[in-house]
Amino acid sequence: MASGRTTAAERAAVDAVLGPPSSGWTGGGRDRLDGHVAFGGRSARERRRWLLPALHAVQDRLGWISPGALDYICTRLTIPPAEAYAVVSFYALFATEPQAPVVVHLCDDIACRCQGAEALCAAAEARFGPAGGTGAGDGITWVRSPCLGQCERGPAALIQSAAQAGAAPWSAAVAPATLEGIAAGLAAGAPGPPPVGPLPPQAVDGATDRLRLLRRTGRVDPGQLDSYRAHGGYQALRRAIELGPQGVIQELKASGLVGRGGAAFPTAVKWEAVAANPVRPHYAVCNGDESEPGTFKDRVLMEQDPFAVVEALTIMGFACGAEQGHCYVRGEYPLAIARLRHAIDRARDRGLLGSDVMGHGFRFDIEVHRGAGAYIAGEETALFNSAEGKRAEPRNKPPFPAQAGLFGQPTVINNVETLLNVLEVLEQGGAAYAATGTPGSAGTRLFCVSGCVDRPGLYEFEFGATLRQVLDAAGGVRAGRPLRTVLLGGAAGSFVGPDQLDLPLTFEGARAAGATLGSGVVMVFDDGVDLTDIVRRIARFFRDESCGQCVPCRVGTVRQEELLTRIATGRARGSTADELALLTDLGAAMRDASICGLGQTASTAVESAARLGLIATGGGGGGS
Amino acid sequence: MSVRFADLPRRLVSLTIDGRAVRVPEGTTLLEACRQEGIDTPTLCYVETLTPVNVCRVCVVEVEGARALVPACSRRAEAGMVVHTDSERVRLSRRMVLELLASSVDLSLAAPEVRAWMQRYGADASRMGPAAAPDGHHRDQAHPGHHRVGDGARAETVAQPVKVDNENYVRDYSRCILCYKCVGACGTDAQNTFAIAVAGRGFEARISTEHAVPLPDSACVYCGNCIAVCPTGALMFRSEHEMRQAGTWDESRQTVTTTICPYCGVGCNLELHVQDNTIVKVTSPLDHDVTRGNLCVKGRFGFEFVQRRTREG
Ligand SMILES: Cc1cc2nc3c(=O)[nH]c(=O)nc-3n(C[C@H](O)[C@H](O)[C@H](O)COP(=O)(O)O)c2cc1C
Ligand code: SF4
Ligand code: SF4
Ligand code: SF4
Ligand code: FES
Ligand code: FES
Repeated sequence: MASGRTTAAERAAVDAVLGPPSSGWTGGGRDRLDGHVAFGGRSARERRRWLLPALHAVQDRLGWISPGALDYICTRLTIPPAEAYAVVSFYALFATEPQAPVVVHLCDDIACRCQGAEALCAAAEARFGPAGGTGAGDGITWVRSPCLGQCERGPAALIQSAAQAGAAPWSAAVAPATLEGIAAGLAAGAPGPPPVGPLPPQAVDGATDRLRLLRRTGRVDPGQLDSYRAHGGYQALRRAIELGPQGVIQELKASGLVGRGGAAFPTAVKWEAVAANPVRPHYAVCNGDESEPGTFKDRVLMEQDPFAVVEALTIMGFACGAEQGHCYVRGEYPLAIARLRHAIDRARDRGLLGSDVMGHGFRFDIEVHRGAGAYIAGEETALFNSAEGKRAEPRNKPPFPAQAGLFGQPTVINNVETLLNVLEVLEQGGAAYAATGTPGSAGTRLFCVSGCVDRPGLYEFEFGATLRQVLDAAGGVRAGRPLRTVLLGGAAGSFVGPDQLDLPLTFEGARAAGATLGSGVVMVFDDGVDLTDIVRRIARFFRDESCGQCVPCRVGTVRQEELLTRIATGRARGSTADELALLTDLGAAMRDASICGLGQTASTAVESAARLGLIATGGGGGGS
Repeated sequence: MSVRFADLPRRLVSLTIDGRAVRVPEGTTLLEACRQEGIDTPTLCYVETLTPVNVCRVCVVEVEGARALVPACSRRAEAGMVVHTDSERVRLSRRMVLELLASSVDLSLAAPEVRAWMQRYGADASRMGPAAAPDGHHRDQAHPGHHRVGDGARAETVAQPVKVDNENYVRDYSRCILCYKCVGACGTDAQNTFAIAVAGRGFEARISTEHAVPLPDSACVYCGNCIAVCPTGALMFRSEHEMRQAGTWDESRQTVTTTICPYCGVGCNLELHVQDNTIVKVTSPLDHDVTRGNLCVKGRFGFEFVQRRTREG
């Protein structure tokens, strides 16, 4: 056991976030009346939310969170050490054991597996030694990572560099990644964010005029408020102020907008419920946790059009009676976090946030929360817990967020893409918006196209486009190979066969086909991909990302992975049919008895693969 | 059980459970409603004295119109609900929960009801394969989001060495079903000491002190209130643990004497479990107004002084 002594560097890192300790009670000098005063109760509870920022500060500066550092944070925040440890040990980007100062996270998830991820991992192993080493030689280690949200340019890497020799800590994505590219990134140190990032392919030539949500990306300067305004920014907020909160909700109702985060829930219903709730304060939350394998749309929006996210969240606060907005972004998106924070500061400078938004007398501000490596934190109630400084364990529902959400208050939460659609609704008018797309699916949709296609990227289509049209836009299957299957909706979605190419990618079309659009993932696999390996990677993902609260998911995801391993390696227990029967039982219990959507969908893709005959039995499919 | 000073009359809600019309006061959980109707409902993470955490999912029931099953222990009855407690879906989920637990955790010291439920639902843990041997991989150090992939031939378990690090009680987390009860008892539901919490995540989630330090280095005050609520024998008096190891533990030779703790004026009820004229463990009744099963270190472990025959220098 390491000693619990706090080093000066650890103290400094924590104090940089929390300010210097104000009393002996919170780790400062014991003078004045400190021996007689306790700072507990409510004021202590309210400090809990600073736990993740304080942990990030130590992780960034020292590369791990030592017992001494944790002790100091606990003293500063009045948190029992066992509870703080429970939180640190939940998140993959925090280390509770010493590790190399530079950690390279290599995505070995499903899209990157089609782009040479395993070869890159093998090269990394040859160069840096086994995954998770101490980096004894050059201070560098590497680890495998689930999807990093860079699937259109895989294989992806994320460099996490602690402060070294006076240099500030930094973290950045490298995609597509090669060992040389990573080495160059490391040599260059913290990359200055490019003013306008490289854009993934978006739409077929000449069709850019059809873009709605993506019309500014790649054209607007994400660092300049004036550039955003020149591209029509802040007209939607102006319109919202004209309409008033009720008017905004009426437009949303007329628009038929439903959520793009996966559950396809009508947005107006949530907004109205929060607006009408007499309990105050209300909170407005933007869900930018985006960790569904194959999904990268919210990253592109937050990185390329951050002011739009700020404007949309401001409208949400205005309409729902919230004075404080929160934007939770996954920790693997450092550029998105930096650009959002920058955009918030600029908007505040210009009176578009603060105590008198647009001179119109309403108060609104936004705080950005940095996630720390947990897919489950994207589940809305887990997100609230995480933003409150707790383990990202989903809560039981009811109560729903509109009744008791963030800090137990009425909360409205939407996905980034949903929020950008709110701007469209206000600019076009609800009725006009409803007229786009199909009767059951209004508006446009972003599709994250990845895998074995010619031009992986983010494609925007008016609802109604078929899977074939989306594939054609992306140049079809790469190298002209035959299509084997498409994964729709991400790891929580399902596989569909080549006979489904005429499937309209609408909510109703997907539902009728027993599939889901989920987060808009369209991942393409040709006949050369080892699909058994892909399905096993999906099972591994859910086993790694389960929060562990409930039995069906905590143990069910383990058994599901074991079962697939047996089938893949030709060690089926009994017949393959016996194994598939067990898979069906596991799936039914996870779907029916799990607390949240993670467990409820952990077997969906696996079972759909089994139905399509994509899982091969035999001695192959070694995988990892 | 909760202490109420005045029971205000509550409105009644009508619902249907297994075809029977049932009326219960507003706010009643489905579990309480089932119990009122004499419908035996399995529970593992629920106990009257703690806030429900609804994590084990063995109590799930089917509510018509709900997409997934709901936990009876925490879901409140609503007017017009139509509930099924023995449908095909309910039976399968309960069976799977029991199979998943029995295949990963040592349930041999769990309450006898657990075995009865396993029989009732036809739970057969061997379907998951033979239990894997503990692989020397330290659960306490597991990094979240990364696990070693086995060959699938054997079912992974939580087997690990017993933690014996203090005189009073031992922690055998091979028996831990992660019901969160001990955490609730150590936290705001009773003790407010917060010495333990659930660390890690997924299958590597575990009850832990900070950085997994031994109990004497933690905030633990040895009230033993966690032992009182543990349903599987994972938390156990050291005296009981040692007698079980030696093969001398024999409940048929034990008597239970109810008395009042002599240490202070609160008046906690003690149940002294005595075997061969020696106190081997101390409990307190859950349904007692004063203690609700909770004690402090003196009542729980102070019995050593009663039976110490010699005075040590
Ligand atoms: C395991 C899990 C992960 C999720 N991750 C995300 C996510 O990363 N981003 C997101 O917007 N919604 C995610 N959701 C859905 C949210 O719970 C919630 O439904 C959504 O934020 C609501 O926004 P919407 O109505 O705009 O879709 C997730 C759900 C589950 C069950
Ligand atoms: S379903 Fe899985 S992720 Fe969701 S609460 Fe249960 S264990 Fe956690
Ligand atoms: S003995 Fe008491 S203080 Fe110690 S862990 Fe158990 S409940 Fe907490
Ligand atoms: S130690 Fe006992 S009470 Fe605590 S979680 Fe495990 S089984 Fe439950
Ligand atoms: S970044 Fe690798 S799969 Fe998404
Ligand atoms: S007893 Fe209801 S979920 Fe455990």
